Amino acid sequence: MELYTLDISELRRLLDRREVSVGEVVDSVYKRIDAVEGRVKAFVTLTKEEALKMAGPAQKKIDNKEPGTLLGIPIAIKDNMCAKGIRTTCSSRILEKFVPPYESTVTSRLKEHGYILVGKTNLDEFAMGSSTENSGFHTTRNPWDTARIPGGSSGGSTAAVAADECMAALGSDTGGSIRQPASLCGVVGLKPTYGRVSRYGLVAFASSLDQIGPITKNVSDAALIMNVISGRDLLDSTSAPVDVPDFTRILGQDVRGLKIGVPKEYFIEGMEEDVVNSVKAAVRQIESLGAVPVEISLPHTDYAIATYYLLATSEASSNLARYDGVKYGFRENGKDLLEMYMNTRAAGFGAEVKRRIMLGTYALSSGYYDAYYKKAQQARTLIKKDFEQALKTVDIIVTPTSPTAAFKIGEKADDPLQMYLSDIFTISVNLAGVPAISIPCGFTRDDLPVGLQLIGRHFDEETILKVAYAYEQSTEWHKRKPKL
Amino acid sequence: MHGLPVNMKYEAVIGLEVHAQMLTESKMFCGCSARFGAEPNSQTCEICIGMPGVLPVMNKKALEFTIRTGLAMNCTISAYSRFARKNYFYPDLPKGYQISQYELPICGHGHVDVIAGGRKRRIGITRIHMEEDAGKNIHEGRGNYSFVDLNRAGVPLMEIVSEPDIRTPVEASEYMRKLRTILRYLGVCDGNMEQGSLRCDANVSVRPEGRRELGVKVEMKNINSFRYVEKALEYEIGRQIKALQEGEKIVQETRLWDPATATTQSMRSKEEAHDYRYFPEPDLVPIMAHCKWIDAVKDGLPELPDAKRERFVSGYELPEYDADLLTSERAMADWFEGAIRAGAGPKAAANWMMGELMRFLNEENKTIEGCPLKPSQLAEMIKLIDKGTISGKIAKTVFEEMYRTGKDAETVVKEKGLVQISDSGAIEKAVDEAIAGNPKEVERFKAGDEKLIGFFVGQVMKATKGKANPQMVNELLKKKLGG
Repeated sequence: MELYTLDISELRRLLDRREVSVGEVVDSVYKRIDAVEGRVKAFVTLTKEEALKMAGPAQKKIDNKEPGTLLGIPIAIKDNMCAKGIRTTCSSRILEKFVPPYESTVTSRLKEHGYILVGKTNLDEFAMGSSTENSGFHTTRNPWDTARIPGGSSGGSTAAVAADECMAALGSDTGGSIRQPASLCGVVGLKPTYGRVSRYGLVAFASSLDQIGPITKNVSDAALIMNVISGRDLLDSTSAPVDVPDFTRILGQDVRGLKIGVPKEYFIEGMEEDVVNSVKAAVRQIESLGAVPVEISLPHTDYAIATYYLLATSEASSNLARYDGVKYGFRENGKDLLEMYMNTRAAGFGAEVKRRIMLGTYALSSGYYDAYYKKAQQARTLIKKDFEQALKTVDIIVTPTSPTAAFKIGEKADDPLQMYLSDIFTISVNLAGVPAISIPCGFTRDDLPVGLQLIGRHFDEETILKVAYAYEQSTEWHKRKPKL
Repeated sequence: MHGLPVNMKYEAVIGLEVHAQMLTESKMFCGCSARFGAEPNSQTCEICIGMPGVLPVMNKKALEFTIRTGLAMNCTISAYSRFARKNYFYPDLPKGYQISQYELPICGHGHVDVIAGGRKRRIGITRIHMEEDAGKNIHEGRGNYSFVDLNRAGVPLMEIVSEPDIRTPVEASEYMRKLRTILRYLGVCDGNMEQGSLRCDANVSVRPEGRRELGVKVEMKNINSFRYVEKALEYEIGRQIKALQEGEKIVQETRLWDPATATTQSMRSKEEAHDYRYFPEPDLVPIMAHCKWIDAVKDGLPELPDAKRERFVSGYELPEYDADLLTSERAMADWFEGAIRAGAGPKAAANWMMGELMRFLNEENKTIEGCPLKPSQLAEMIKLIDKGTISGKIAKTVFEEMYRTGKDAETVVKEKGLVQISDSGAIEKAVDEAIAGNPKEVERFKAGDEKLIGFFVGQVMKATKGKANPQMVNELLKKKLGG
């Protein structure tokens, strides 16, 4: 058995019993990376040197029996979160050489718990996309079929976890960027409640929607990482002053009698038959565990994509204004200031990022603001109310994570609208701010993973983790590994 | 097109937008020092430089300062308020947007009263909101390069927006002075226009007197001294009236005041105006100011200039003019009341402060805060006058000596032998000598030239080195000259 195949809990046991050393674990992971990364291309930057530096102190702490949930555990970080002194690119040319002089809150919390940084993973530029094809550097491959995309925007993180290039990873989710690629790569991905995890140090795409979460090999690892990264942070005003439970405590508890809402709007035309079947089978499986499925309605679902693409792009158009060539990052000179701005942004940003900046700039412009941005905010309120209403009658909501399994590289690259539909089941969750997890729930006839999405009440990640864990423990999907 | 009749009377309609830098220790959204004058970029961090991934956190003191100001200017404080982003590109604006307030400012619907041309005018305050300052571009110096200093980026500002209630340049400058006085009373802004901690933009239009409908508005920027508030407005109002008289149309635009030429120049037209694309700042949660806290801030307000002035008039029976001057600075009013507490009569203290004290301070370019004299020292000196120990005239010498050396009045009087001569024998001797030594003048006096009494007083004072009790000298002279 290779160490890199293990999950966090298994590795924790071996490390704590000193049956293996942190050095051996790090070696094993980098050997795996050497073997498969050429085909997967999950990373933008590998941080082996950093990892080896972190291994020593972690081992020492283990030897001294000091506490630390993640002591010696190799974890990858999506390259839109800042780790001090390590290049953070957002997979954009405009930040290709940017080295942050500060640490994000999530990585500093991981650090306190002794994690080992494996590397920074690829994403769609500034987290804008559903396939990693919008990366300014390269497209990551789906480990289950390297001709296919891993999903996005956290495709680098999900592919790295699926390919055993790390034990777990952090992703960020603005409209499905953790859950959709987790679904397509057959791993677990949790988007916490908005405000549960500090965004300080996460390079902003759409501030009111962005949320960092874990990508793991199974549900209990997700709970472990949630324990580390959750909680109020004084550096992020939008992080909520809400108590953080021990998310692992609820795992294994009974799900009998829980009401599971299945929204009728989430089984639509154009979905892959195998996806529909897997999800329906999963609902039956959860029912067999004693939970009670109930058909529900989320009536404003149809407005979600339009609403999302107005609000997210509006915020993005402002969030990305700082990349102007003046202070840091890439600069393309010009004959005057305006030309320098234009040259820098024209050469530094990719097509999708420019498209969204223009869309958002338009939506916020005077004369259009009321019709677009303001209307979208109102629609967002309705969508949020849909969820609040539904979650009064049911305990969680279960849906497919993505309408399709992983598609071929290039298949939707020229059709942004088609691409935007990849997130049709995940986007509403961000608009509502509620937590949701994607877990493996089957495979298509092409042997591609299918994901099940479980959505919970605000700050009730526990219930979705509980159901996800119960389901996972009653199936074998999460144990399958891609052949690489 | 024909111009409007040359003899037609015009009225200006003016609204001011005043930016006040707050005297907080740290910046609006990060922990960097907000002090003025440090080495370029030495007071910056990843947040105020606008690094990728950073987030703002509101400075609570800045909120308190703004609420304090709102309360002092009779505003309503919003229970629910939000920050908004104002988007535009400029090198001194590191994030590409300024965090400001737009739809839901923290304070609104207030007013301040000013007295201009002897008339009391109430100027409405539309709103007061918080925002962050931008950095500074530096173009002088090194060849083709420009530099950016971000020390100022993120320094907390209040923007105080008036209603278009101002009608004359004098009202505008009185309004500015009033704002400055209130801000300084509250300790929220030092009010230094030259250093840019208080800045003024103006919206100006003119219309024929009696007409209700507003003329086309011109925005004026860069009015950065009290002197220029009136000058710039006078120029701009004159320019607009002349244009109308000549049949031109006023163009809606932004004009820059140029103090060097004392004119305004067009900066950008309405078409070139920025579309700032304001939207609610998603990185900051809405501000919910609790009533209890607002009440506590209200309770902590100092006595404000208007109330203090009224109290000085009614309580100390000072003339309006004196009260106005003494309450223009809180420190001055405090100094005055310090003297009263130490036993000085109010009018005497006011006269000495507005006369000698101000003169000495002005000569040295000092403010009352830097005054080497203590209020009690002035009070002791005034008591010596009241007791007749020194004359008012001698007191001027005593005052100067006190001011220069910091010594008490009594010490100065003793050391310099300045005690007033009230010994009638000594004075009589001097009077007799003055009469005996100037027979011609005695003749003229007796012939009816009574003004010569002053001459004799002068002679006596000269002989006694000014120390003779003037009242006694007068009485004796009159008696001896038979006047």
